[in-house]
Amino acid sequence: MNLSVRLAWTQTLNLWRSGALRVLVFSLVLAVAAITSTGFFTQRVETSLNQQGGLLLGGDLAVLSDHEIPDRFLKRAMNQGIATVKTYEFASMVVFGETNQLSEIKAVAAGFPLRGDLTIGKGPTDIGQVVKTTPNLGDVWLEPRLANLLNVKIGDKVEVGERQLAVSAILIREPSRGGDMFGFAPRLMMNAADLPSTKLIQYGSRVKYQLLLASSPQKVNQYSAQTKPELGRGEKIQDVRNARPEIKSALEKAQQFLGLSAMVSVILAMAAMLLSSLPYIKQTLDAFALMRCFGASKNVVLQVLAIQTLLIAFFSALLGVAFGYIGQLGLAKLAGSLFLEALPPASAMPVLLGIITSVAMMFAVVLPHAWQMRNLTAMNILRRDTLTQPVSAQAKFLPAIVVMVAMIFWQARDIKLAYSTILALSLLCIAIVGISYLLVGLAYRLFNLSTQRPMLNDIKIGVLGLKRRFGLSTLQMIGFSMGLMVLMLLALIRGDLIRNWQASLPADAPNRFVINIQPAQIAGVKQFFEQQHIKGGTIFPMVRGRLIRQNGKDLGKTQWQDERAKRLAERDFNLSWAAQMQSDNKLLSGRWWTSQEYGKPYLSIEQDLAKTLGIKLGDQLDFDVAGTPLTLTVTSLRKVEWDTMRANFFAVAPPGVLEGFSANYISSFHLPLGADAPMNQLIRTYPNLTVIDVAALMQQVRGIMQKMSSAIEYVFIFSLIAGMAVLYSALVATRQERVTEATLMRVFGASRWQVSVAYISEFASIGIIAAVVATVAANLLAYYLSAYVLDIPFQFNLTLALSAMLGAAILIPLAAWLVLRGFLNVAPRQLLNSI
Amino acid sequence: MQQSPIIQAQRLTYEFISHDNHIRVLENLNLSIFAGEQVAIIGSSGSGKSTLLSLLAGLDVPSSGSVQILNKSFSSLDEDGRAAIRASSMGFVFQSFQLLPSLTALENVMLPLQLKNHPHAKELSSGALNKVGLSARVLHYPKQLSGGEQQRVAIARAFATQPAILFADEPTGNLDNATGQVIIELLFKMNAEAGTTLVLVTHDAVLANRCQRQLKLVNGVLNEVVTA
Repeated sequence: MNLSVRLAWTQTLNLWRSGALRVLVFSLVLAVAAITSTGFFTQRVETSLNQQGGLLLGGDLAVLSDHEIPDRFLKRAMNQGIATVKTYEFASMVVFGETNQLSEIKAVAAGFPLRGDLTIGKGPTDIGQVVKTTPNLGDVWLEPRLANLLNVKIGDKVEVGERQLAVSAILIREPSRGGDMFGFAPRLMMNAADLPSTKLIQYGSRVKYQLLLASSPQKVNQYSAQTKPELGRGEKIQDVRNARPEIKSALEKAQQFLGLSAMVSVILAMAAMLLSSLPYIKQTLDAFALMRCFGASKNVVLQVLAIQTLLIAFFSALLGVAFGYIGQLGLAKLAGSLFLEALPPASAMPVLLGIITSVAMMFAVVLPHAWQMRNLTAMNILRRDTLTQPVSAQAKFLPAIVVMVAMIFWQARDIKLAYSTILALSLLCIAIVGISYLLVGLAYRLFNLSTQRPMLNDIKIGVLGLKRRFGLSTLQMIGFSMGLMVLMLLALIRGDLIRNWQASLPADAPNRFVINIQPAQIAGVKQFFEQQHIKGGTIFPMVRGRLIRQNGKDLGKTQWQDERAKRLAERDFNLSWAAQMQSDNKLLSGRWWTSQEYGKPYLSIEQDLAKTLGIKLGDQLDFDVAGTPLTLTVTSLRKVEWDTMRANFFAVAPPGVLEGFSANYISSFHLPLGADAPMNQLIRTYPNLTVIDVAALMQQVRGIMQKMSSAIEYVFIFSLIAGMAVLYSALVATRQERVTEATLMRVFGASRWQVSVAYISEFASIGIIAAVVATVAANLLAYYLSAYVLDIPFQFNLTLALSAMLGAAILIPLAAWLVLRGFLNVAPRQLLNSI
Repeated sequence: MQQSPIIQAQRLTYEFISHDNHIRVLENLNLSIFAGEQVAIIGSSGSGKSTLLSLLAGLDVPSSGSVQILNKSFSSLDEDGRAAIRASSMGFVFQSFQLLPSLTALENVMLPLQLKNHPHAKELSSGALNKVGLSARVLHYPKQLSGGEQQRVAIARAFATQPAILFADEPTGNLDNATGQVIIELLFKMNAEAGTTLVLVTHDAVLANRCQRQLKLVNGVLNEVVTA
């Protein structure tokens, strides 16, 4: 073994000195740098985002329960050094004098919130100040809305259960406020230690018990993984992803974007690796052939190869990780000013992933050759059969393909995205092989007709170079077009992607909801909209009904397995009616009603709800609306963009169906953040109205989008650099063969001009084929991603397509000429000696 | 019959610096070769035979001195000018065959003709391969041919352009004795048929003896070997 290590070390050094390793190591370092820097950076951004998201939850994770949180959960957190705080939430009446109001009471222990801050003020219109404390014993903080409804001031005492508690502040902002948007009453916050004396929590009380946790992402993830299997009835774990649908949606899209760009770097780096491994493999096999001749056993040779592979992989990984770390520092510095808070430090995880990647990629390249060497006799090697009978092309690339596919799945984090990428890449390869085969055949026929002009003859020699090196040219074209495709894909969708994403939450998106509007008040509310110059303030009717039967089957007797289905089936639905489908809804199946169908018992259902309750198109649903039965047929299923913040409904009927039932109305509209005076005026005019202010929450969502957009742009720049590196590797990979060919051409009397024209024509052909394939592929992929993965509109960009093709036809030959021109001025004899 | 030499080298010197050492390979060397002659340049390994051949073929430039081919001085030409003379007047056979692995036997032979934009490249190349006995293997790639067959393709390539001068650098160096013998016979036979001037570098005495003249290179100096 010692001998093998020594031999491997010497061999690696020799390979490095000879130059055969340089391009390979460069590609490997690049691959690892791309993966780790993206890994470091995206992880830091994600951690930061999760912490931002954590501000909305009040912690990184919450254990929720309908009974007291079991002690073992608390103990586990304490043992693992995770910060904890308990809260209790329930609905109860709060009384002040003659006025009473149903409120959402939240009792919090000291330390709340673990993430984010509370903002309190002296009056309902106060901007407030951030505090690090919770209400003192005997004190309560009220939301402006509750203070208005009860008409209390600071210092007044309100009745909460059996206690009189003093209003010591107005609660302006609370990180964890939200949840069920239409379900909550105004907030009263109190100290958890006062809770027993209120005697509000009795056996059977409906209380949301919550244990908030905060720590490093690793600890939190570990805690979550350990606790999930132990959850009992009525207990669940909530993190920022499932706590808030709008935040979840924003984070998921952001992660897909980042995953996509990281995956792109991986594919590009792998392509660069494969291209640049050719000279290395040739020299390594030469050296091993000699070793076998000098008497080294098969095992020793394979051991040396394995150790050599590990050495190269390890040192490249170290260098790659170092560059990756430096790269992400630069990214973080650039992005730093865009993040309100400094990014959290990078963890060691990407280092490990970088090393694993490096080893996997190196072995993927070497394995087929090691496999082949296993069965070679010394005679085979003497006769150089290792080189003259290489493993078949398919087998040679199989391990690399396996590693690439595995990496795509690992980086994409989304099966659909991974599958579509793999499909696109496969189609790309097939298209390139097919098109170049056709073009070579065509060029051959075309040039055979007109060889009288010397210039055309030189071009013909160049174009036929594609045929001479069909395998290598194809590989180069795949590399080029992959790089180009990525660059075009980025150009095509990056801007649109981010713009469309941000457009889904425009600056004037509704940020206030008014519920409980009575029919007689509609005119007044509309007048209010006019006075305040509010545009698009639509008022939607809402009829409450309970779903009792589906296709005649009594749902009350159904044993729901799914907790969400049970909750949905047990509570009242908000049924609405509309002539037109809302713009943020998308019809998935069935059809929307025509004006002739108004009054028909039809119903359109939101797809998630339909899936949860097992409702299909054509199902008959029986509702109980205030004691009156109502049967409706499901005629369409819709997808709803909940993150647009507009009022939306699970179930919508045509006009003329629900009008006979008692309805109240809901509206959503936009008012600038802090414009509380007109709202207070509206509430004073109509005291029964409930106003839900989501302006602060929306600002948080928008902040996340803004930061993510910046992050994505920076990560995309990195992919762009990786794309260029592939182009370079593809050129360097075939340099030796081209040097040989050009030298012989010059020995036989070709001028440097002739050689240059031939190469420029060959590379122009490569560039044009690659550009055509890349343009088609990038557009198809952009269309697919836009339409099916990211749900954003797609537009074909002709200028971009044409400039890409023109650019490739000029820049690729130019780059090739720059790489190859060096040897055109060297005496042919010197080159002959080296080939 | 012999008027002016087809190749003439005067005061040819070639030196280079390696690891701070000044190495002089050829020193003030004079040489004249006349059309139709068969000249063997012999000498031990490292004596500079191949360097001399490459200077005579214009594949490299001397440190000092001059080479004239067909009354044209190389020193007055740039690399492309020398290439033009090679294209019109020279053929090459190398020790390591120097066939392009990605081309078939026929395409390898066609390459120099294609570079000259010869209208009958294919016919001439097929004919040349036929002469070296490889008409059945025109579509084979070098890796599918034996060493001897590869050298025969190289000979066909060298003669296909009908050069005035053929430079052969150790043409049997990579072959076993029997195959080498076959290649020598073929080379001399085709040379005789075409009336080409042959300049051959070898350390093989038997091969050298087949040539009309033998020049021995020792310590950078060329001496005529007087044969019986």
